[in-house]
Amino acid sequence: MSVAAPASIPGVLDAWTDRPDATLVAGGTDIMVDVNFARRRPSSVIALHNVGELRERSVGDVGVTIGAGVTYTELQDRELATAVPALAQAARTVGSPQIRNAGTIGGNIGTASPAGDTLPVLVALDAVVDVQGVGGTREVPIDELFTGPKRTALAAHEVITAVRVPPCRGPQEFLKVGTRNAMIIATVSVALVLDRDARTVRVGLGAVGPVALRAVEAERFAEATIDWDDPVRSADATLLTGFADRVADAARPIDDHRSTAGYRRHAVQILARRALQRACSHG
Amino acid sequence: MADPLSYRIRVNGQSHDVCDAWIGESLLFVLRERLGLSGAKNACEQGECGSCSVFVDGQLVCSCLVLAATVPGAEVVTIEGLTAGGGTALTDVQQAFLDEGAVQCGFCTPGLVMTVHDLLERDTLPSELAVREALAGNLCRCTGYGRILAAVARAASGRAGTNRDSAR
Repeated sequence: MSVAAPASIPGVLDAWTDRPDATLVAGGTDIMVDVNFARRRPSSVIALHNVGELRERSVGDVGVTIGAGVTYTELQDRELATAVPALAQAARTVGSPQIRNAGTIGGNIGTASPAGDTLPVLVALDAVVDVQGVGGTREVPIDELFTGPKRTALAAHEVITAVRVPPCRGPQEFLKVGTRNAMIIATVSVALVLDRDARTVRVGLGAVGPVALRAVEAERFAEATIDWDDPVRSADATLLTGFADRVADAARPIDDHRSTAGYRRHAVQILARRALQRACSHG
Repeated sequence: MADPLSYRIRVNGQSHDVCDAWIGESLLFVLRERLGLSGAKNACEQGECGSCSVFVDGQLVCSCLVLAATVPGAEVVTIEGLTAGGGTALTDVQQAFLDEGAVQCGFCTPGLVMTVHDLLERDTLPSELAVREALAGNLCRCTGYGRILAAVARAASGRAGTNRDSAR
Protein backbone atom coordinates (compact mmCIF):
# COMPACT_ATOMS: atom_id res chain seq x y z
CA MET A 1 0.00 0.00 0.00
CA SER A 2 1.63 3.24 -1.04
CA VAL A 3 -0.75 5.57 0.75
CA ALA A 4 -0.15 6.18 4.45
CA ALA A 5 -2.39 8.26 6.71
CA PRO A 6 -0.58 8.29 10.05
CA ALA A 7 -2.11 9.87 13.15
CA SER A 8 1.03 11.49 14.60
CA ILE A 9 4.16 13.38 13.51
CA PRO A 10 6.44 10.46 14.46
CA GLY A 11 4.12 8.30 12.38
CA VAL A 12 4.61 10.65 9.43
CA LEU A 13 8.39 10.52 9.81
CA ASP A 14 8.33 6.70 10.05
CA ALA A 15 6.17 6.48 6.94
CA TRP A 16 8.59 8.79 5.14
CA THR A 17 11.52 6.56 6.09
CA ASP A 18 9.63 3.60 4.60
CA ARG A 19 8.68 5.59 1.46
CA PRO A 20 11.52 8.05 0.85
CA ASP A 21 9.92 9.30 -2.39
CA ALA A 22 6.51 9.94 -0.84
CA THR A 23 4.65 13.19 -1.42
CA LEU A 24 3.09 14.85 1.64
CA VAL A 25 -0.53 15.84 1.10
CA ALA A 26 -2.37 18.20 3.43
CA GLY A 27 -5.28 20.05 1.78
CA GLY A 28 -4.15 18.95 -1.67
CA THR A 29 -5.18 22.22 -3.32
CA ASP A 30 -1.70 22.90 -4.74
CA ILE A 31 -0.49 19.35 -5.34
CA MET A 32 -3.63 18.12 -7.07
CA VAL A 33 -3.43 20.85 -9.70
CA ASP A 34 0.02 19.57 -10.58
CA VAL A 35 -1.19 15.95 -10.55
CA ASN A 36 -4.27 16.71 -12.68
CA PHE A 37 -2.11 18.46 -15.27
CA ALA A 38 0.50 15.68 -15.27
CA ARG A 39 3.24 17.92 -13.90
CA ARG A 40 3.68 15.61 -10.94
CA ARG A 41 3.18 11.84 -10.71
CA PRO A 42 3.40 10.75 -7.07
CA SER A 43 4.68 7.22 -6.51
CA SER A 44 3.43 7.19 -2.96
CA VAL A 45 1.60 9.56 -0.65
CA ILE A 46 1.57 10.41 3.04
CA ALA A 47 -1.73 12.08 3.92
CA LEU A 48 -1.59 14.45 6.89
CA HIS A 49 -5.30 14.84 7.64
CA ASN A 50 -5.30 12.29 10.50
CA VAL A 51 -2.51 14.06 12.42
CA GLY A 52 -4.48 15.78 15.19
CA GLU A 53 -1.47 17.74 16.40
CA LEU A 54 -1.37 19.63 13.11
CA ARG A 55 -4.91 20.92 13.68
CA GLU A 56 -4.18 22.48 17.07
CA ARG A 57 -4.09 26.20 17.72
CA SER A 58 -3.64 28.33 20.80
CA VAL A 59 -3.91 32.01 21.59
CA GLY A 60 -2.16 33.22 24.73
CA ASP A 61 0.18 35.71 26.37
CA VAL A 62 3.21 34.24 24.62
CA GLY A 63 1.61 34.67 21.22
CA VAL A 64 -0.35 32.56 18.81
CA THR A 65 0.51 29.03 17.71
CA ILE A 66 -1.20 27.69 14.60
CA GLY A 67 -0.85 24.05 13.59
CA ALA A 68 0.26 23.55 10.00
CA GLY A 69 -2.98 21.74 9.18
CA VAL A 70 -5.24 24.65 10.13
CA THR A 71 -7.30 25.63 7.08
CA TYR A 72 -7.86 29.08 5.63
CA THR A 73 -11.49 28.82 6.76
CA GLU A 74 -10.34 28.12 10.33
CA LEU A 75 -7.94 31.09 10.24
CA GLN A 76 -11.09 33.24 10.03
CA ASP A 77 -12.56 31.80 13.26
CA ARG A 78 -13.27 34.54 15.78
CA GLU A 79 -10.44 33.75 18.18
CA LEU A 80 -7.69 33.65 15.54
CA ALA A 81 -9.19 36.55 13.57
CA THR A 82 -9.13 38.68 16.72
CA ALA A 83 -5.57 37.70 17.62
CA VAL A 84 -4.07 38.04 14.12
CA PRO A 85 -6.54 40.00 11.99
CA ALA A 86 -4.26 40.41 8.97
CA LEU A 87 -3.88 36.63 8.74
CA ALA A 88 -7.66 36.21 8.75
CA GLN A 89 -8.01 38.93 6.11
CA ALA A 90 -5.41 37.21 3.92
CA ALA A 91 -7.07 33.82 4.43
CA ARG A 92 -10.40 35.28 3.34
CA THR A 93 -8.89 36.25 -0.02
CA VAL A 94 -7.57 32.77 -0.81
CA GLY A 95 -9.46 31.03 -3.65
CA SER A 96 -13.10 30.20 -2.92
CA PRO A 97 -14.88 28.71 0.11
CA GLN A 98 -14.14 25.27 -1.37
CA ILE A 99 -10.40 26.00 -1.48
CA ARG A 100 -10.39 27.63 1.95
CA ASN A 101 -12.07 24.57 3.48
CA ALA A 102 -9.26 22.34 2.22
CA GLY A 103 -6.07 24.39 1.93
CA THR A 104 -3.85 24.82 4.99
CA ILE A 105 -1.44 27.42 6.30
CA GLY A 106 1.32 24.81 6.39
CA GLY A 107 0.68 24.10 2.73
CA ASN A 108 0.86 27.81 1.90
CA ILE A 109 4.25 27.98 3.66
CA GLY A 110 5.54 24.73 2.15
CA THR A 111 4.53 25.64 -1.41
CA ALA A 112 6.39 28.95 -0.93
CA SER A 113 4.78 30.67 -3.90
CA PRO A 114 5.92 34.30 -4.27
CA ALA A 115 2.17 35.08 -4.32
CA GLY A 116 1.16 32.93 -1.31
CA ASP A 117 -1.43 35.05 0.46
CA THR A 118 -0.50 34.35 4.08
CA LEU A 119 3.23 34.73 3.50
CA PRO A 120 3.58 38.55 3.54
CA VAL A 121 1.50 38.54 6.73
CA LEU A 122 3.72 35.95 8.40
CA VAL A 123 6.80 37.89 7.29
CA ALA A 124 5.38 41.12 8.75
CA LEU A 125 4.55 39.31 11.99
CA ASP A 126 8.09 37.93 12.39
CA ALA A 127 6.60 34.44 12.57
CA VAL A 128 8.63 31.37 13.44
CA VAL A 129 8.02 28.04 11.71
CA ASP A 130 8.31 24.81 13.70
CA VAL A 131 9.82 21.99 11.68
CA GLN A 132 10.32 18.35 12.57
CA GLY A 133 12.51 15.71 10.96
CA VAL A 134 14.02 12.39 11.93
CA GLY A 135 16.94 14.33 13.45
CA GLY A 136 14.62 16.27 15.77
CA THR A 137 12.82 19.57 15.84
CA ARG A 138 14.00 23.05 14.92
CA GLU A 139 12.51 26.47 14.55
CA VAL A 140 13.08 28.58 11.47
CA PRO A 141 12.43 32.34 11.37
CA ILE A 142 10.03 32.91 8.49
CA ASP A 143 12.38 35.23 6.60
CA GLU A 144 15.03 32.50 6.57
CA LEU A 145 12.62 29.83 5.37
CA PHE A 146 11.99 31.10 1.86
CA THR A 147 15.02 30.86 -0.41
CA GLY A 148 13.37 31.52 -3.78
CA PRO A 149 10.18 31.00 -5.78
CA LYS A 150 8.67 27.74 -4.49
CA ARG A 151 11.94 26.98 -2.67
CA THR A 152 12.48 26.67 1.06
CA ALA A 153 15.27 25.95 3.50
CA LEU A 154 13.52 22.77 4.61
CA ALA A 155 15.81 19.74 4.56
CA ALA A 156 14.74 16.45 3.01
CA HIS A 157 12.04 14.69 5.02
CA GLU A 158 11.31 17.65 7.27
CA VAL A 159 7.66 18.47 7.94
CA ILE A 160 6.24 21.86 8.92
CA THR A 161 4.31 21.28 12.15
CA ALA A 162 3.23 24.77 13.23
CA VAL A 163 3.77 28.48 12.82
CA ARG A 164 4.12 30.77 15.82
CA VAL A 165 3.42 34.49 15.94
CA PRO A 166 4.73 36.64 18.81
CA PRO A 167 2.23 38.77 20.74
CA CYS A 168 1.41 42.02 19.01
CA ARG A 169 -1.15 44.68 20.01
CA GLY A 170 -2.19 47.15 17.35
CA PRO A 171 -3.88 47.53 13.98
CA GLN A 172 -3.15 45.11 11.13
CA GLU A 173 -4.07 45.31 7.46
CA PHE A 174 -3.89 42.99 4.45
CA LEU A 175 -4.59 44.34 0.97
CA LYS A 176 -4.41 42.49 -2.32
CA VAL A 177 -4.81 43.40 -5.98
CA GLY A 178 -5.86 40.94 -8.66
CA THR A 179 -8.17 40.80 -11.65
CA ARG A 180 -11.08 39.77 -9.40
CA ASN A 181 -11.72 40.19 -5.70
CA ALA A 182 -12.35 36.45 -5.35
CA MET A 183 -10.71 33.34 -6.71
CA ILE A 184 -7.54 35.07 -7.74
CA ILE A 185 -3.82 34.71 -7.28
CA ALA A 186 -2.34 37.98 -6.05
CA THR A 187 -0.85 40.40 -8.55
CA VAL A 188 0.41 42.36 -5.54
CA SER A 189 -0.31 42.12 -1.82
CA VAL A 190 0.71 44.13 1.23
CA ALA A 191 0.53 43.18 4.91
CA LEU A 192 1.00 45.85 7.56
CA VAL A 193 1.39 45.24 11.29
CA LEU A 194 1.64 48.03 13.86
CA ASP A 195 2.70 47.16 17.40
CA ARG A 196 1.52 49.96 19.69
CA ASP A 197 3.46 48.71 22.71
CA ALA A 198 6.80 48.25 20.96
CA ARG A 199 6.04 51.20 18.63
CA THR A 200 7.11 49.23 15.60
CA VAL A 201 5.84 49.07 12.03
CA ARG A 202 6.29 45.90 9.96
CA VAL A 203 5.37 45.56 6.33
CA GLY A 204 5.39 42.42 4.18
CA LEU A 205 5.07 42.48 0.39
CA GLY A 206 3.67 39.65 -1.74
CA ALA A 207 4.15 38.88 -5.46
CA VAL A 208 6.71 41.66 -5.95
CA GLY A 209 9.82 39.54 -5.45
CA PRO A 210 11.06 35.95 -5.51
CA VAL A 211 9.88 35.59 -1.91
CA ALA A 212 7.66 37.65 0.41
CA LEU A 213 9.74 40.74 1.19
CA ARG A 214 10.05 43.14 4.10
CA ALA A 215 10.43 46.88 3.41
CA VAL A 216 12.83 47.81 6.20
CA GLU A 217 13.54 51.41 5.18
CA ALA A 218 9.82 52.10 4.95
CA GLU A 219 9.30 50.54 8.39
CA ARG A 220 12.01 52.70 10.00
CA PHE A 221 10.64 55.84 8.34
CA ALA A 222 7.10 55.14 9.53
CA GLU A 223 8.18 54.27 13.07
CA ALA A 224 10.07 57.57 13.35
CA THR A 225 7.36 59.68 11.70
CA ILE A 226 4.14 58.39 13.27
CA ASP A 227 2.96 60.26 16.35
CA TRP A 228 2.33 57.15 18.42
CA ASP A 229 0.21 59.13 20.87
CA ASP A 230 -2.02 60.43 18.06
CA PRO A 231 -1.73 58.22 14.96
CA VAL A 232 -4.93 59.61 13.42
CA ARG A 233 -3.54 63.14 13.31
CA SER A 234 -0.11 62.04 12.13
CA ALA A 235 -1.41 60.26 9.01
CA ASP A 236 -0.60 63.17 6.70
CA ALA A 237 0.89 63.22 3.21
CA THR A 238 4.46 63.31 4.54
CA LEU A 239 3.98 60.06 6.42
CA LEU A 240 1.82 58.23 3.88
CA THR A 241 3.73 59.21 0.74
CA GLY A 242 7.13 58.83 2.39
CA PHE A 243 6.18 55.35 3.56
CA ALA A 244 4.60 54.28 0.27
CA ASP A 245 7.53 55.51 -1.83
CA ARG A 246 9.95 53.55 0.33
CA VAL A 247 7.79 50.43 0.03
CA ALA A 248 7.84 50.78 -3.76
CA ASP A 249 11.64 51.12 -3.62
CA ALA A 250 11.86 47.85 -1.66
CA ALA A 251 9.80 45.91 -4.20
CA ARG A 252 11.65 43.73 -6.71
CA PRO A 253 8.86 43.00 -9.22
CA ILE A 254 9.18 41.23 -12.55
CA ASP A 255 7.14 41.00 -15.73
CA ASP A 256 5.29 37.69 -15.96
CA HIS A 257 2.06 36.18 -17.30
CA ARG A 258 0.08 37.82 -14.50
CA SER A 259 1.29 41.43 -14.66
CA THR A 260 4.18 43.77 -15.36
CA ALA A 261 6.93 45.00 -13.09
CA GLY A 262 5.81 48.58 -13.68
CA TYR A 263 2.21 47.93 -12.68
CA ARG A 264 3.26 45.95 -9.63
CA ARG A 265 5.54 48.74 -8.40
CA HIS A 266 2.70 51.21 -8.90
CA ALA A 267 0.14 49.01 -7.16
CA VAL A 268 2.35 48.17 -4.19
CA GLN A 269 2.86 51.88 -3.57
CA ILE A 270 -0.90 52.51 -3.61
CA LEU A 271 -1.63 49.52 -1.35
CA ALA A 272 1.08 50.52 1.13
CA ARG A 273 -0.31 54.03 1.40
CA ARG A 274 -3.86 52.75 1.83
CA ALA A 275 -2.83 50.18 4.43
CA LEU A 276 -1.02 52.75 6.57
CA GLN A 277 -3.88 55.23 6.25
CA ARG A 278 -6.35 52.59 7.44
CA ALA A 279 -4.09 51.42 10.26
CA CYS A 280 -3.60 54.98 11.53
CA SER A 281 -7.32 55.69 11.33
CA HIS A 282 -7.91 53.10 14.06
CA GLY A 283 -6.37 55.67 16.44
CA MET B 1 4.45 3.88 -12.25
CA ALA B 2 3.16 3.13 -8.80
CA ASP B 3 1.41 -0.17 -8.12
CA PRO B 4 -2.37 -0.08 -8.57
CA LEU B 5 -4.33 0.62 -5.42
CA SER B 6 -7.55 -0.82 -4.10
CA TYR B 7 -9.52 0.87 -1.36
CA ARG B 8 -13.04 1.46 -0.11
CA ILE B 9 -14.75 4.84 0.12
CA ARG B 10 -18.12 5.92 1.48
CA VAL B 11 -20.30 8.02 -0.79
CA ASN B 12 -23.87 9.07 0.01
CA GLY B 13 -24.02 6.59 2.88
CA GLN B 14 -22.87 3.58 0.87
CA SER B 15 -19.50 1.84 0.71
CA HIS B 16 -17.87 1.47 -2.70
CA ASP B 17 -14.85 -0.63 -3.60
CA VAL B 18 -12.35 1.14 -5.83
CA CYS B 19 -10.13 -1.46 -7.50
CA ASP B 20 -6.81 -1.21 -9.32
CA ALA B 21 -6.75 2.58 -9.23
CA TRP B 22 -3.86 4.92 -9.95
CA ILE B 23 -2.63 6.70 -6.84
CA GLY B 24 -3.04 10.15 -8.40
CA GLU B 25 -6.74 9.87 -9.25
CA SER B 26 -8.88 12.71 -7.97
CA LEU B 27 -12.08 12.09 -6.06
CA LEU B 28 -13.90 13.67 -9.01
CA PHE B 29 -12.41 11.09 -11.40
CA VAL B 30 -13.31 8.20 -9.09
CA LEU B 31 -16.88 9.46 -8.62
CA ARG B 32 -17.51 9.94 -12.33
CA GLU B 33 -15.43 7.27 -14.04
CA ARG B 34 -15.36 4.45 -11.48
CA LEU B 35 -18.61 4.86 -9.53
CA GLY B 36 -20.76 6.26 -12.33
CA LEU B 37 -21.80 9.28 -10.27
CA SER B 38 -21.72 11.94 -12.96
CA GLY B 39 -23.53 14.70 -11.05
CA ALA B 40 -20.29 16.41 -10.06
CA LYS B 41 -19.00 17.95 -13.27
CA ASN B 42 -15.47 18.03 -14.63
CA ALA B 43 -14.36 21.32 -16.12
CA CYS B 44 -11.24 23.10 -14.92
CA GLU B 45 -9.50 20.43 -12.81
CA GLN B 46 -7.80 23.19 -10.83
CA GLY B 47 -10.37 24.36 -8.29
CA GLU B 48 -11.40 27.45 -10.23
CA CYS B 49 -14.94 26.62 -11.39
CA GLY B 50 -16.66 24.83 -8.50
CA SER B 51 -18.67 22.54 -10.77
CA CYS B 52 -17.24 19.46 -9.00
CA SER B 53 -18.21 20.65 -5.48
CA VAL B 54 -19.01 17.88 -2.97
CA PHE B 55 -19.00 17.50 0.80
CA VAL B 56 -16.18 15.55 2.44
CA ASP B 57 -16.91 15.08 6.14
CA GLY B 58 -19.35 17.96 5.91
CA GLN B 59 -16.87 20.37 4.32
CA LEU B 60 -17.64 21.81 0.89
CA VAL B 61 -14.61 21.12 -1.32
CA CYS B 62 -13.68 20.79 -4.98
CA SER B 63 -13.54 17.06 -5.60
CA CYS B 64 -11.00 17.61 -8.41
CA LEU B 65 -8.51 18.71 -5.72
CA VAL B 66 -9.10 15.80 -3.35
CA LEU B 67 -6.80 12.83 -3.76
CA ALA B 68 -9.27 9.94 -3.80
CA ALA B 69 -6.85 7.53 -2.14
CA THR B 70 -6.86 9.75 0.97
CA VAL B 71 -10.67 9.63 1.30
CA PRO B 72 -11.15 6.19 2.98
CA GLY B 73 -12.55 6.90 6.44
CA ALA B 74 -14.41 10.02 5.32
CA GLU B 75 -18.07 10.50 4.39
CA VAL B 76 -18.57 11.93 0.92
CA VAL B 77 -21.87 13.48 -0.14
CA THR B 78 -22.48 14.33 -3.79
CA ILE B 79 -25.40 16.00 -5.54
CA GLU B 80 -26.89 12.51 -6.01
CA GLY B 81 -27.00 12.13 -2.23
CA LEU B 82 -28.66 15.47 -1.67
CA THR B 83 -32.35 14.74 -1.41
CA ALA B 84 -35.23 16.04 0.63
CA GLY B 85 -36.10 13.57 3.39
CA GLY B 86 -33.98 10.76 1.97
CA GLY B 87 -36.32 10.16 -1.01
CA THR B 88 -36.08 11.34 -4.58
CA ALA B 89 -37.86 14.66 -4.00
CA LEU B 90 -36.02 17.84 -4.90
CA THR B 91 -34.51 19.87 -2.09
CA ASP B 92 -35.77 23.38 -1.41
CA VAL B 93 -32.66 24.78 -3.09
CA GLN B 94 -33.17 22.68 -6.22
CA GLN B 95 -36.83 23.71 -6.36
CA ALA B 96 -35.87 27.38 -5.94
CA PHE B 97 -33.43 27.07 -8.89
CA LEU B 98 -36.28 25.71 -11.02
CA ASP B 99 -38.80 28.28 -9.82
CA GLU B 100 -36.46 31.19 -10.55
CA GLY B 101 -35.21 29.85 -13.90
CA ALA B 102 -31.66 29.74 -12.52
CA VAL B 103 -30.72 26.80 -14.77
CA GLN B 104 -29.70 27.28 -18.39
CA CYS B 105 -27.21 24.74 -19.74
CA GLY B 106 -27.15 23.13 -16.30
CA PHE B 107 -23.44 22.32 -16.17
CA CYS B 108 -22.71 24.52 -13.16
CA THR B 109 -25.98 23.71 -11.41
CA PRO B 110 -24.94 20.69 -9.28
CA GLY B 111 -21.94 22.57 -7.89
CA LEU B 112 -23.99 25.68 -7.21
CA VAL B 113 -26.71 23.69 -5.46
CA MET B 114 -24.11 22.08 -3.19
CA THR B 115 -22.61 25.49 -2.41
CA VAL B 116 -25.99 27.06 -1.66
CA HIS B 117 -26.86 24.18 0.69
CA ASP B 118 -23.53 24.74 2.46
CA LEU B 119 -24.20 28.47 2.75
CA LEU B 120 -27.74 28.12 4.08
CA GLU B 121 -26.63 25.56 6.67
CA ARG B 122 -24.19 28.12 8.07
CA ASP B 123 -26.17 31.31 7.49
CA THR B 124 -29.95 31.04 7.33
CA LEU B 125 -30.56 34.58 6.05
CA PRO B 126 -27.39 35.66 4.24
CA SER B 127 -26.99 39.19 2.94
CA GLU B 128 -26.50 39.54 -0.80
CA LEU B 129 -22.81 40.27 -0.20
CA ALA B 130 -22.51 37.08 1.85
CA VAL B 131 -24.21 35.14 -0.95
CA ARG B 132 -21.87 36.59 -3.56
CA GLU B 133 -18.82 35.77 -1.44
CA ALA B 134 -20.08 32.22 -0.84
CA LEU B 135 -20.73 31.66 -4.56
CA ALA B 136 -17.47 33.25 -5.71
CA GLY B 137 -15.95 29.85 -6.51
CA ASN B 138 -18.78 28.62 -8.73
CA LEU B 139 -18.62 29.85 -12.30
CA CYS B 140 -21.73 30.08 -14.51
CA ARG B 141 -21.20 31.15 -18.09
CA CYS B 142 -24.90 31.31 -19.03
CA THR B 143 -27.05 33.14 -16.56
CA GLY B 144 -25.11 36.21 -15.51
CA TYR B 145 -25.92 35.05 -11.95
CA GLY B 146 -29.02 37.24 -11.46
CA ARG B 147 -31.45 34.35 -11.42
CA ILE B 148 -29.10 32.28 -9.29
CA LEU B 149 -29.03 35.06 -6.67
CA ALA B 150 -32.82 35.18 -6.86
CA ALA B 151 -32.97 31.42 -6.30
CA VAL B 152 -30.76 31.71 -3.20
CA ALA B 153 -32.98 34.47 -1.85
CA ARG B 154 -36.08 32.35 -2.49
CA ALA B 155 -34.60 29.30 -0.76
CA ALA B 156 -33.43 31.41 2.19
CA SER B 157 -36.78 33.12 2.66
CA GLY B 158 -38.52 29.77 2.29
CA ARG B 159 -36.46 28.39 5.16
CA ALA B 160 -37.07 31.52 7.24
CA GLY B 161 -40.82 31.06 6.66
CA THR B 162 -40.61 27.41 7.66
CA ASN B 163 -38.73 28.33 10.81
CA ARG B 164 -41.34 30.96 11.66
CA ASP B 165 -44.15 28.47 11.12
CA SER B 166 -42.56 25.82 13.28
CA ALA B 167 -41.83 28.34 16.04
CA ARG B 168 -45.45 29.38 16.14
